[in-house]
Amino acid sequence: MTLDRSTVLTLLAVLGGASILAILNQATASGSALHVPTYVIALAGKYLCFAMLALAVDLVWGFGGILSLGHAAFFALGGYAMGMYLMRQIGTRGVYGNPMLPDFMVFLGWKELPWYWFGFEWFPFAMLMVVLVPAVLALVFGWLAFRSRVTGVYLSIITQALTYALLLAFFRNDMGFGGNNGLTDFKDILGFSVQADSTRSALLVISALFLCAQFLMARFVIRSRFGKVLIAVRDTETRTRFLGYRPEAYKLVVWVLSAAMAGIGGALYVPQVGIINPGEFSPGNSIEAVIWVAVGGRGTLVGAILGAVLVNFGKTWFTGALPELWLYALGALFIFVTLFMPKGVMGLFAKRMGKRESSAAPGPATGRAVG
Amino acid sequence: MSRILAAVLLIVLALAPVSARAQQADEALAAMGAPGFDSLRRGVEQLALSGHPRAAAIIGALQNGRLFARADRALFIKTDADDFVEAATGAPSDVQAGAVKPVRLNNSVRGAIDAALGSLRLFAPDAATRALAAEAVFKSRDPAALPALERALAGEKDSAVKRRMEQARAAALLFSAEANDADRIAAIAELRTRGDMDVRGLLATLTAQSPAVADAIGSAIVAIDRSLQLWSVAQSVFYGLSLGSVLLLAAAGLAITFGVMGVINMAHGEMVMIGAYVTFVVQQFMKVHTPGLYQANLLFAIPLAFLVAGAIGVAIERSLIRWLYGRPLETLLATWGLSLVLQQAVRSLFGANNRDVDTPSWMSGSSDLGGIVLTWNRVYIIVFAVLVLAALMAVLRFTSLGLRMRAVTQNRRMAAAMGIRTPWIDALTFGLGSGVAGMAGVALSQIDNVSPNLGQSYIIDSFMVVVFGGVGNLWGTTLGALTLGIVNKFLEPVAGAVLGKIVVLVLLIMFIQRRPRGMFPLKGRAVEA
Repeated sequence: MTLDRSTVLTLLAVLGGASILAILNQATASGSALHVPTYVIALAGKYLCFAMLALAVDLVWGFGGILSLGHAAFFALGGYAMGMYLMRQIGTRGVYGNPMLPDFMVFLGWKELPWYWFGFEWFPFAMLMVVLVPAVLALVFGWLAFRSRVTGVYLSIITQALTYALLLAFFRNDMGFGGNNGLTDFKDILGFSVQADSTRSALLVISALFLCAQFLMARFVIRSRFGKVLIAVRDTETRTRFLGYRPEAYKLVVWVLSAAMAGIGGALYVPQVGIINPGEFSPGNSIEAVIWVAVGGRGTLVGAILGAVLVNFGKTWFTGALPELWLYALGALFIFVTLFMPKGVMGLFAKRMGKRESSAAPGPATGRAVG
Repeated sequence: MSRILAAVLLIVLALAPVSARAQQADEALAAMGAPGFDSLRRGVEQLALSGHPRAAAIIGALQNGRLFARADRALFIKTDADDFVEAATGAPSDVQAGAVKPVRLNNSVRGAIDAALGSLRLFAPDAATRALAAEAVFKSRDPAALPALERALAGEKDSAVKRRMEQARAAALLFSAEANDADRIAAIAELRTRGDMDVRGLLATLTAQSPAVADAIGSAIVAIDRSLQLWSVAQSVFYGLSLGSVLLLAAAGLAITFGVMGVINMAHGEMVMIGAYVTFVVQQFMKVHTPGLYQANLLFAIPLAFLVAGAIGVAIERSLIRWLYGRPLETLLATWGLSLVLQQAVRSLFGANNRDVDTPSWMSGSSDLGGIVLTWNRVYIIVFAVLVLAALMAVLRFTSLGLRMRAVTQNRRMAAAMGIRTPWIDALTFGLGSGVAGMAGVALSQIDNVSPNLGQSYIIDSFMVVVFGGVGNLWGTTLGALTLGIVNKFLEPVAGAVLGKIVVLVLLIMFIQRRPRGMFPLKGRAVEA
């Protein structure tokens, strides 16, 4: 596999940036001019996790033509799987000191751990679930949806219904996932304190590594024969079907892959922000993830990462400096990008460079252009 | 026992001619004047049944400690002015305070007084008081009240009160030791017709009965349970209809814009929200400037909400959506952005807190229909939804705009070729859909909190309705809204509100598998265009 310039630059920027931040946090004294405070490390780690979500959305939307308004659900499920592992690590250090049950279960008067919590104290099992739970949900949902050829806005709306249903479900106390408050008060991960600066720096670098791995994998997928057919499905699904391909199979594979990627992003997100609650399922989150991709440039993998980091950086800055203006800015961003920047930031780059990647040509997203 | 014997005896006496009754009253008064609590109690009971015009006054005075007896057993009532009047006639008397002694009470007499006053109320001139008295007997199930009830029943003209009295008599009869099995079974049959929770409770407490009576009780309880269940189903249907009407109002506009333009308007919920805020502003304005017309504020708010939301809708279409035709997913994102802006704008203007919107007095309150409670605001919302739906259908069917809209829905290019200015139709359609959403907001302001998030809580449900019903078809939308509303309300008691909603969403996702384009999909060439 040959790597072009933009790929190398992206890998260098993500890995290099994360490493430099981590080193500056660890190796310099807190008074030093070069010192990077720990909250910046946590923020950067959060951005990289969001970038994984954006990458996942871009894979299905930019290359499969499936606009998912519920991808944050997969992200949150991965997060919950990780959160459950972290809850089990608390052990007797909880407020109630119960060696088996997390605090909220003791508070609810539960006597036993529900069956679906078993195994989560074991790290490899929890990590397996991080990938498996979103992937299986995506498999079932996608199989049902693509098989009956639900496309376009209909699909978008039922993905939104999916995440909304999960939002409502996780708000319930008797689901056994902490209800409204979610899972929090984590102590340590694999024996390292989640609060420690060194753990946070390590998590940032690990997030960067995972993001790069996902990026390379996504790049490999879309450049393969599979990816070419997928793009054909995106552009004209009916014609691809007539050529003898099975669009639903291609869509299903990329959909499940994308859900697993989002799940991993969620799993890395939870230890870095220290909480996972049902709010992560809210439909607004999923739509925000779509706008990251749109800002960066739909159909370009680099754009997804760039968009996620840029928009979230903007969000951090706005909510700190002008909190009441953030929603105006976000709303205006949605409108501006869809009206005037259909190819996002990467489109601007491409125009300046006078060239573009073969895959960076988003076409119509539905079958409407057929004929 | 003696009490009941006396009661039975008195039934006979009660049916006796007037002269006998007068005599009975004299005897009662004499008994009350005689020493001893027993005699006093019997006197009170007799007096209550005698039909004596001053019976209530005398027993009331006894209760208040204002009844006095002279040594010759004549009774006097002490007035507020500390004079005495003759108890039997109410005529002023010159008896001195030293010559009379207050009639004293014990608990058994007090009980008799309460029962006597209760049965006296059965003869009150006011029908409502009589009904209440009958209901009190029904609740107390006191067999001692039977004679009075019989007499009251004989004279009762008001049929509703009469029914109450018959039910009370049946209840009392069931708890009287005297009644035979035939009486009891008749009483159970009588109660069964009433068939509410109180009767069920009453019948359930009846134990140790003869087999025939126990059978009757068992079957009556089963019948009552069934009818209660039916009523609760009816109540759920009513709640479901009202929720369905709300969904219909919120989704109708969406169905039109989606049907005609293929545009998913994520800012639709914000149009609803704006309609609710228009109501708030209208109310604030009218409170200050035209307080006389305040009760009619909704009649002003409805057209105004339509106009405001409609105008905003046209503006949105002209400035934003027309650039995005043929790109439904981009439209979805852009309108979502718009919804964020509108929400934040309303939050900046009116604050983030809930705003108080009054419900006019003619819309508040409720009334009973059989075993169900109809809250007026919900009834009015159902009526309003029907009216809006009818108006929309009329617009689509009978106006030139409607004709053009239908033409564009069915085949945009053909319509354009026939000289229809499709951009205008798009703008007006969007305005119409938004205007309907604004009117929905007026209705929602009556049952929900008016806050900047009002629209968001309905948008997903509205989408579900449109997806469920199929686009561009108001009947589909109607059926979809009502089905979702009713299913939701039936699942709620079984599964809880939240789980019910989840079940509905999952069912819907399953439904879309089978019918990807809703219950009533558009047919023909328009489908793939």
